[in-house]
Amino acid sequence: MYSQGLIGADGRSEETPEFLAAFQARIDAEEKIEPKDAMPEGYRRTLIRQIGQHAHSEIVGMLPEGNWITRAPSLKRKAALLAKVQDEGGHGLYLYSAAETLGVTRDEMTEELLDGRAKYSSIFNYPTLSWADIGCIGWLVDGAAIMNQIPLCRCSFGPYARAMIRVCKEESFHQRQGYEIMLTLTRGTEAQKEMAQDALDRWWWPSLMMFGPSDADSQHSDQSMAWKIKRFTNDELRQKFIDATVPQAEYLGLKVPDPELAWNAEKNGYDHGPIDWDEFWRVVKGGGPMNRERIAARRKAWEEGAWVREAALAHAEKRAARTAVAAE
Amino acid sequence: MHEALLELADDHLILGHRLSEWCGHAPMLEEDLALPNMALDCIGSARTLYARAGELEGAGRDEDALAYRRGERAFRNCLLVERENGDFAQTMLRQLMFAAFMEPYWHAALGSTDEAVRGVAGKATKEMGYHIRHAGEWVIRLGDGAPESTLRMGRAVEELAPYADELFASSAAARAAEEAGVLPEREALRPAWEAVMSDVMGQAGLAWPDDVWPQTGGREGRHTEALGHLLAEMQSVHRAHPGAAW
Repeated sequence: MYSQGLIGADGRSEETPEFLAAFQARIDAEEKIEPKDAMPEGYRRTLIRQIGQHAHSEIVGMLPEGNWITRAPSLKRKAALLAKVQDEGGHGLYLYSAAETLGVTRDEMTEELLDGRAKYSSIFNYPTLSWADIGCIGWLVDGAAIMNQIPLCRCSFGPYARAMIRVCKEESFHQRQGYEIMLTLTRGTEAQKEMAQDALDRWWWPSLMMFGPSDADSQHSDQSMAWKIKRFTNDELRQKFIDATVPQAEYLGLKVPDPELAWNAEKNGYDHGPIDWDEFWRVVKGGGPMNRERIAARRKAWEEGAWVREAALAHAEKRAARTAVAAE
Repeated sequence: MHEALLELADDHLILGHRLSEWCGHAPMLEEDLALPNMALDCIGSARTLYARAGELEGAGRDEDALAYRRGERAFRNCLLVERENGDFAQTMLRQLMFAAFMEPYWHAALGSTDEAVRGVAGKATKEMGYHIRHAGEWVIRLGDGAPESTLRMGRAVEELAPYADELFASSAAARAAEEAGVLPEREALRPAWEAVMSDVMGQAGLAWPDDVWPQTGGREGRHTEALGHLLAEMQSVHRAHPGAAW
């Protein structure tokens, strides 16, 4: 699960105009760029940054949902949530592998995540406070991720585009599963209905922020659009998401927490109230409710697992040495 | 009969729950995928066994009533599976000890007179074979790895050895099921368990301690202090909303 809002990519390139023009011609002809192909450094750096952020988002995203695995209220939900969180980890693994084809290692990317140089989707810096949050994450967060990732299936970089095809299938399953949790809650007891509304109240605005800054303030869009890493602008995707999601909320009998939300027949879409961009930037820069806890949890797992990884390496070396001796 | 199936179901649910606690916190991404996988295997078997136990009991209790609305004295799992995860060495050794018992158990249960048990056995023999391989390889790597891992693996053996014996003990309920041909005889599986364990322990350079004082009581509902905390967490949402559907 992840959405755009790529932050801090350096798309500058120093190649010759002829090289850049030839590269652009391949992009314009909808050819896929493969890892061994010549590519502008800016293209490579942008993709490493974007795929890395995407991978980190999958990994950090395991934490807020993992928070409810041990308390899932039925065995069926427990098994489904475990499988879902495991899927997210699997997405992280593919994506790290896709990024590695560009000449960066998973360990390097992990270090960047742990020391704060690499970003991940800010949505995971909000806490999961009730079981209904698990429904909302599937419905809204994975729903927003799908809006972004469907176009990424046509991204110009081959390994990323191919990874997205499988990821999208799984995310779409997660989204339906999340919506089904919400449906069960809203057809349930009064307490369950309140839980569902409260979760929507808390997750709605952060979900809209997942699409990144509004087009007027988005620095990287133009180059990424030209390179066909990105196919739609942040605001276009956000609008698609709102238009698809508002009727779903109505069907659940829930109220979207935006008093200015109104159907606009002229544009054939919803108008919405202002997004609190101060909150968005505060959370991106580390001031969200869970930024510290999320990174601390990843760091703890990494540091406490160091002896395991060292042992695996030491054992492999011992084994190789024994095989070499036996072969002599 | 249903009580014997509950023992088995509780073993698998509690162990699956423990494994699921690792999700997102494992030493490497591959283990963040493998541990939930093993957890899912265990929870999957537990669900079928609870459903069958409820059916045999005939009191209208479904899998969730059995998992979420019994207190700790009513749980019948062995003590091994409720042990806190500890470090990765303890988690892997616990998994190996359990799977090295359950793999031959399910293999023998393929000939059960109960169709539901045969169904679980068919799936679980393969799963437990995989758990033996996965956990066994880790026990070897950690035992024969670097100084710290060797030390931790040795400690894990000391910690968990007292919980091995309970695997082979059949309660009165289990004996009745064994005599009826529904479940395999536990004590008969000791040689198969010892063969796997001594092979892995040998490759890992580890020794099983000689003077172990076995800890038992799970089959009578006398648990370690750890189980109450596990159930308090696991059952909290379900119990806070009596009668709700999820």
